[in-house]
Amino acid sequence: MSRIFARAQTRPLWWLPGSAATLIILLLSLGPLTALLWQAGSLAPRTLLADPYLRHVLGFSLWQALLSTLLSLGLAIPVARALARRRFPGRTLLIKLFGLSLVLPVIIAVFGIVAVHGKQGWLPQLLHGLGLAPGNYLYGLFGILLAHIFFNMPLAARLLLQSLESIPESSWRLASQLGMRSSHIFRLLEWPLIRAQLPGLASLIFMLCFTSFATVLALGGGPKSTTLEVAVYQALRFDFDLATAGGLALVQLILTAALLMLQHKLQSSPPSRITSHRPCLRPDRHQPGTGLVDALALGIGLAVFLPPLLAIVVAGLNPGLPGALTSSKLWLASGQSLLIALAAGSLATLLGSALLLTSRHLRVRDRKRRAAALWEASGSVILMIPAVVLSTGLFILFMPFADVFALGPWLVVLVNALMALPYVLRTLSAPMQLVVRQYDRLADSLGVRGLHRLRLVEWPLLRRPLAQAAALSMILSLGDLGAIAMFGSQELTTLPWLLYQQLGSYRLTEAAATALLLLILCFSLFWLIERGLGGKHADH
Amino acid sequence: MLNIDQLVTSYPDWRVSFSATLPKGEITALIGPSGAGKSTLLGMIAGFVPVESGTLDFDGEDLLPLGPAARPVTTLFQDHNLFLHLSVFDNIAIGLHPGLRLNATQRAQVKDAANRVGLGEMLTRLPEQLSGGQQQRVGLARALVRGKPLLLLDEPFSALDPALRREMLAEVARLACEQGITVLMVSHNPEDAQLIADQVLFVDEGRIALQGTPDILHNSDHPGLLRYLGQ
Repeated sequence: MSRIFARAQTRPLWWLPGSAATLIILLLSLGPLTALLWQAGSLAPRTLLADPYLRHVLGFSLWQALLSTLLSLGLAIPVARALARRRFPGRTLLIKLFGLSLVLPVIIAVFGIVAVHGKQGWLPQLLHGLGLAPGNYLYGLFGILLAHIFFNMPLAARLLLQSLESIPESSWRLASQLGMRSSHIFRLLEWPLIRAQLPGLASLIFMLCFTSFATVLALGGGPKSTTLEVAVYQALRFDFDLATAGGLALVQLILTAALLMLQHKLQSSPPSRITSHRPCLRPDRHQPGTGLVDALALGIGLAVFLPPLLAIVVAGLNPGLPGALTSSKLWLASGQSLLIALAAGSLATLLGSALLLTSRHLRVRDRKRRAAALWEASGSVILMIPAVVLSTGLFILFMPFADVFALGPWLVVLVNALMALPYVLRTLSAPMQLVVRQYDRLADSLGVRGLHRLRLVEWPLLRRPLAQAAALSMILSLGDLGAIAMFGSQELTTLPWLLYQQLGSYRLTEAAATALLLLILCFSLFWLIERGLGGKHADH
Repeated sequence: MLNIDQLVTSYPDWRVSFSATLPKGEITALIGPSGAGKSTLLGMIAGFVPVESGTLDFDGEDLLPLGPAARPVTTLFQDHNLFLHLSVFDNIAIGLHPGLRLNATQRAQVKDAANRVGLGEMLTRLPEQLSGGQQQRVGLARALVRGKPLLLLDEPFSALDPALRREMLAEVARLACEQGITVLMVSHNPEDAQLIADQVLFVDEGRIALQGTPDILHNSDHPGLLRYLGQ
């Protein structure tokens, strides 16, 4: 007797959660995209590129991204080297602060930069006191570069420092024995590791700066310094020119897709984590001259990075603060920000875990890695379609049927959720696969299935990464300006949107209150979600 | 009696086919070079490896249509036998109810099993607070409360010190004898087989090349076995 048995333990519904999530994601991203292309269809690409305004915008977008990338990396390399070979009080704190750039809302940093470099900022006032007249230097390319370096230099320096600290102790002992000088060490030990990271880092920073929205919107200061992303927004929001918006968005989409593919090719896996408690064995730390180089690198780096950060903290000491805090508009914006963030974070976490339920089945149980990767890629579709492009598409898609501004809150939630999805996938992917790898056999052999499995295996093992994913996506949404800039109105305001308006009209005392409240909300939301959902062992 | 008859599974590059009988209440050792298919056979019996053809029955009951949890089988793996986030008590108890809903009799049963493997005082500990040998004892205690008549050991003691490994094997032999359990154990070590096994199966190149008493380890001239033993 011969019979065929497919699989002793069948999971007939493995495809369901992932399919449902993918369907929602693709419908809500490709739908708007199609609407947008439809709009842009009336413009031939050639006429589009012949338009001098568009050519200027395109050129500026690429130029500022290139400069930002070069300056950020050019500063990050000596800063990372200095951090690698020096031990000084506050070093660990500084490295932690460098990590802030991943979660700090852009508009808060912009507030800090305006408070330091704006017309009535610290630096112009200081220079004024010295009898100099610096003028208004912030708005335009300078301000954009400053903000981009503020965010990307620390990001790059941290990753490069991790690379440098992965050089084994044996190499340092050998370098000491051979009497290698600082320049030799750089060329033979450090540069190979740095070079391995550079293409990935450069393409990542270029991409971030090319699609940067809040910075350019707030600090660009006019049509001369406008990027594609902001131009799309202005065409739609101020001129209500659907065709131009569609055309610009199309150009943006093509370039982002190309950049994304390039970045995917160039990205390198990050090295192991920083172990800062290890004693520094580098022989070049006592060599003459290196101290000066390191001091200079750290000095410039900190001059860009620390004052805006300090300005945000000092904002809390503003004497006008109590008055500004009583504004009903501020509290309305806080409430709406919170609701939107909670909804977007929950939606992103839900969609992300549904996608991963299916992809981990394919990847681990069926060993179909390509199919799994394809499935997961649908969750990262937002990387290709920037928030402004997606918002534009949604705007065009819903306009014929409904009052877009009445739908506003829902659309903001949707765009924010899709924006957070790649982060959710990155946070949850490894832990969810681990559960299958480690416990499938045991759970199956004991008949721990369905709700029992959810309660006794998946939930206790995944609540911490789930909490992290939810907290991260909530603060991303809390700090987002891209979607709200499109759908914001008198009735619909969030804290970043309010802050942007206050900065635009130079109401700095009110802006200080808004920035402070936004910052407090970010931290407390992160802390609450991680503790509440992650359980009391969240520290481990 | 476990009856294995031309049980076949295949991968893109290789195929195994096994036939053997395991007498009830006896301990059978499965030896052979790594990659010969020992764990695959255990996986087919336990229901983790899909079977393409053949028959598998225990005391007349056809096992092939059953899922892993429904088969009269408990497996002790080399690792991942315990849920690391559950206490010793819960790790044993989950063998009685997959949702951990136990009545008073069952709770007493869990405590009894823990006592019998010498873990009666450690019921509230987490696996990470136990030694390697103690962790595998928890797995053994769960096998006891499940009361399945067939116990598969996929080298669960291979990471332990020689003395501890022998002690654990003796414990398995004692429990198997008391409960009348049929045991199939994979072993890398011919010495283990001689210590507690009633029967030895030698696996070579995806099939069972030899079946006999542990004495065949000394007096067989099967070239594959001699090669495996390094003689």
